[in-house]
Amino acid sequence: MAASRTPIHERESLEREIEGLDALDVPFDESDSPWLPRAWAVVWPKLAAVAIVLASWQLLVWSEWRPSYVLPGPARVFAELAELVSVLKFWDAVATTLRRAAIGFALAMVIGTLLGVVISRSRILRGAFGSFITGLQSMPSIAWFPFAILLFKLSEGAILFVIVIGAAPSVANGLINGIDHIPPLLLRAGRVLGARGLASLRHVVLPAALPGYVAGLKQGWAFSWRSLMAGELLVIIETRPSLGSQLQFARELSDAPSLMALMIVVLLIGVLVDSLIFAALERSIRRRRGLVEND
Amino acid sequence: MGDVAIQIRSVSQTYHDGRSSLLALDQVSLDVAQGEFVCLLGASGCGKSTLLNLIVGLYRITAGTIDVGGRRVALMFQEPALFPWLTAQKNVEMGMRFRGVPEAERRDKARELLRLVHLEGFAERRPHELSGGMRQRVAIARALAQEADVLLMDEPFAALDAMTRDVLHDEIETIWSRRAMTVLFVTHNVREAVRLGDRVVLLSSRPGRVVAEFPIEIPRPRASESIAVAEQAGRITDALRQEVRRHGR
Repeated sequence: MAASRTPIHERESLEREIEGLDALDVPFDESDSPWLPRAWAVVWPKLAAVAIVLASWQLLVWSEWRPSYVLPGPARVFAELAELVSVLKFWDAVATTLRRAAIGFALAMVIGTLLGVVISRSRILRGAFGSFITGLQSMPSIAWFPFAILLFKLSEGAILFVIVIGAAPSVANGLINGIDHIPPLLLRAGRVLGARGLASLRHVVLPAALPGYVAGLKQGWAFSWRSLMAGELLVIIETRPSLGSQLQFARELSDAPSLMALMIVVLLIGVLVDSLIFAALERSIRRRRGLVEND
Repeated sequence: MGDVAIQIRSVSQTYHDGRSSLLALDQVSLDVAQGEFVCLLGASGCGKSTLLNLIVGLYRITAGTIDVGGRRVALMFQEPALFPWLTAQKNVEMGMRFRGVPEAERRDKARELLRLVHLEGFAERRPHELSGGMRQRVAIARALAQEADVLLMDEPFAALDAMTRDVLHDEIETIWSRRAMTVLFVTHNVREAVRLGDRVVLLSSRPGRVVAEFPIEIPRPRASESIAVAEQAGRITDALRQEVRRHGR
């Protein structure tokens, strides 16, 4: 009774014709512009910012606000930095610090993710722990160190403990936030398609929450890097040089140029990890989901 | 044709919002036969969407019964509701993934369905790289991939331009007639209802109640702009207008 009477091929040619209107609506990719001008457009504001900072620093030195053995100028500090990176011990220290950062952050990520999943799934747990986690997040990590040192003595354990407690709440909060912001329609679509329990978590909830989760990871990284530096200043293990312990020794020797050179290294590592890993990850996720204008 | 695919018996639905409660559906009874295309027509707020959500089991029923006889039911929303992180192909595969269909079979099936909705060249595109009509086609393919016997459609073409809508009307009619599916199609567009339905069921607003049914005997394929469709739509519009007026008083 419902058989179609128009021959199929005729219908399809008509469809092709009419489809024109809707096809006008198809977005197309404009990102083929040459990369050099695009790269320059990204790089020059950053270079300008660095130049402004260096110039202000130099002006401050020239003003003789502090004697130059306390506040050396950029030239002196960069010369010191060049010398620093030529010594093997420095790379040893960097390796120790980065290893701690990696282990601490990985632990924070695992714990934060588990916490986030569990808490976001249950209303009772949310009520109980949601604000507690936010509170933890605002607690300065250095305040944990006396307790951590009591628990773990002056050891790697104390440092890792503080990194985890500093970063895990951010990761958990990011995930909870991401899950809260999933459009309800997507969850309903998932349920209609038969998504239940773990399968729903894996194929619908977590992918949909990914942007919030990555924002949480990014913040978690910033917190763990901070906690790590605080920790390395306080928990100095004689046999294992680290960036923090080097900083502390430079202060004890009143060696301002090497102190500032080390600070630049700390800043650079923080910025590089953030922009090369997290910001890049965020960008690629946003692009894949069509959340960016072509720019 | 004697088989009943969806049996709705005296279904009432009440929403509680703090202190006030709202009766969304009032004693709705409706049978949809196996293979029938029924259009559910009503003004906004008449509980059409509520009814679909009840049939598919997204909401719990306050009173009454709904029986689909163990048939598999798929639901399409007004928006495509595609997963933005997946390609068109993977979106179509999603339901099969949850049913545990092996990957190779899933892929072939999804390709075949995308071909059916004329999107063979767009399998690797993500939703934001498709037009509105294409997205809704992916959603059709995704619903069909559930191999459901019953397809519920909640104003699926309301957000599209008239030309694209006409094309999709043809497509959905062809698919329905080839696959012997049962379709319950919600709309507030009278012509669309007459264009597609074997039967048009008119729901009243607040609370939703079945007030009239119109069998549509215009031979298929129909065109939205044909005189027969326009006349029938005119009669139903009058009934709808009366219903709205009575409700307004």
